[in-house]
Amino acid sequence: MKPAFSVIFFTTLAGAGQGLFLALYMGEVFRMTEGQLISQDFMLTGLVVSFVLLLLGLTASTFHLGHPMRGWRAVSQWRTSWLSREVIALPLFIALVFFYMAAHYTDQSTATTLSLGLVGIVLCFALFVCTAMIYACLKFLREWHSPLTLVNFILLGTMSGFTLAASLSASMEPSLTYLYTFIAVVLTVTAFISRLGSLARNKSLRESPKSTVQTAIGVRHPKVQQRSMGFMGGSFNTREFFHGKTEFFIKRIRTVFITMVFILPLAMMILSLTSGSATLLIGAFCIQYVGLLAERWFFFAEVNHPQNLYYQTIG
Amino acid sequence: MKKQLALVIDLNVCVGCHACVTSCKEWNTSGSAGPMPDHNPYGADPSGVFFNRVQTYEVGEYPHTETVHFPKSCLHCEDPPCVPVCPTGASFKREEDGIVLVDYDKCIGCKYCSWACPYGAREFDEQGKVMKKCTLCVDRIYDQQLPEEERKPACVMACPANARIFGDVHDPDSQASQMIRDNKGYQLLPEMGTQPANHYLPRHIKTGKEED
Ligand code: SF4
Ligand code: SF4
Repeated sequence: MKPAFSVIFFTTLAGAGQGLFLALYMGEVFRMTEGQLISQDFMLTGLVVSFVLLLLGLTASTFHLGHPMRGWRAVSQWRTSWLSREVIALPLFIALVFFYMAAHYTDQSTATTLSLGLVGIVLCFALFVCTAMIYACLKFLREWHSPLTLVNFILLGTMSGFTLAASLSASMEPSLTYLYTFIAVVLTVTAFISRLGSLARNKSLRESPKSTVQTAIGVRHPKVQQRSMGFMGGSFNTREFFHGKTEFFIKRIRTVFITMVFILPLAMMILSLTSGSATLLIGAFCIQYVGLLAERWFFFAEVNHPQNLYYQTIG
Repeated sequence: MKKQLALVIDLNVCVGCHACVTSCKEWNTSGSAGPMPDHNPYGADPSGVFFNRVQTYEVGEYPHTETVHFPKSCLHCEDPPCVPVCPTGASFKREEDGIVLVDYDKCIGCKYCSWACPYGAREFDEQGKVMKKCTLCVDRIYDQQLPEEERKPACVMACPANARIFGDVHDPDSQASQMIRDNKGYQLLPEMGTQPANHYLPRHIKTGKEED
């Protein structure tokens, strides 16, 4: 598939915003168990960042649509379409983040903020599930059609959110920095394992294709070769479903994302756990986010759409 | 069982002339499914929307090769994966005759349906910013103003070899159903479970060795 930048930005931005929200809520609960209130500065700054990330994500996603002004129609098919469900979950979650923020800003009781936040948690996970299922539900796209897709979306989003929370807390709520960094490390390691799992799975899928040119055109002869796809120029089919990059480039992107999403941030965060350096944490988040852009690019490019069987030879 | 209109394509007689491709474009670009815009049609990298493409495959090993011309359009699947994924309901399958259509006024151009179709049967209209696909000439086949024998898809009308048979594949007595039955008509990518309504009649390939 051809990676669409609108969707790459949407899923990574929203993922970080969702993860940050989870981290903030967890921070509030954690401080409470210590008999303390979480620093309001930290809470508000964090929520504004989360809110802005989500809004940026929402904006990016509209660039994917041919008719963004008709976008409201997309809420109608929630019974069957995960995309429709996502279109419902996203604004609801953004609204909840806003209310949670407003509750903190206006110094509402902990009971109020915590219960609002709880609704937010539910919506946050609902959004993760919807976003991931958009891909995981397409059973012909075997690289995506796996529970690993769901696990990866949740882990990668939460991971980047906790890394961000760790770097924000360093200056405003240092009592939480160690905890956030520790959880971010654990999440990064877990996400690394599950992402490697999906890479291995996809490799084995490539080695055992389910459909072939024989099943595509229904000729059983072992040797079938396309001579013409019916046109000399390009078409939607040749643009939308091929990434157009070399094997070498794809491998490079894989190395880049493995290094930038997992290895480098892990090293930096572990270092910061001992040295307490905030700069390392900020660096870890930035590197991890850029790495996630590469990861998401790869996520799309790796899918070999069955329609490609019909578009092998220009002519 | 309800009606399911479809095409049956006989690969024994298709000569790969692309008459169906051009007549489809001619009818539909000016019909209710139109326009089907072209981009850069006379330039170095022409591109455009088509509902029907004729491809060519070579089967066998030289010198025992056969050329198979293979027309491909939306197969109006009985279990169309492109429909439930559509967030707006713009993509739908008609109850009354099983034709899969896109409502261009509702389509938001998210392209999700094209990802879900394993056949690459949908083509995005970059000008109208909506998804397009074969309509089985829904604006022809019921037109009372056309003489009865012309109430067929434009591609069927145009085919000089009569490789395209149009009819109700749920009606066991239709010519389409009979052709499928008598000639072992098959579906494309059957492993996908989409149950395409369109069928293909297999080539009787005779390579030198196998000839009796
Ligand atoms: S061929 Fe593709 S577009 Fe047509 S009905 Fe089947 S899945 Fe949908
Ligand atoms: S491109 Fe149009 S028809 Fe296809 S899924 Fe999106 S809204 Fe539905």
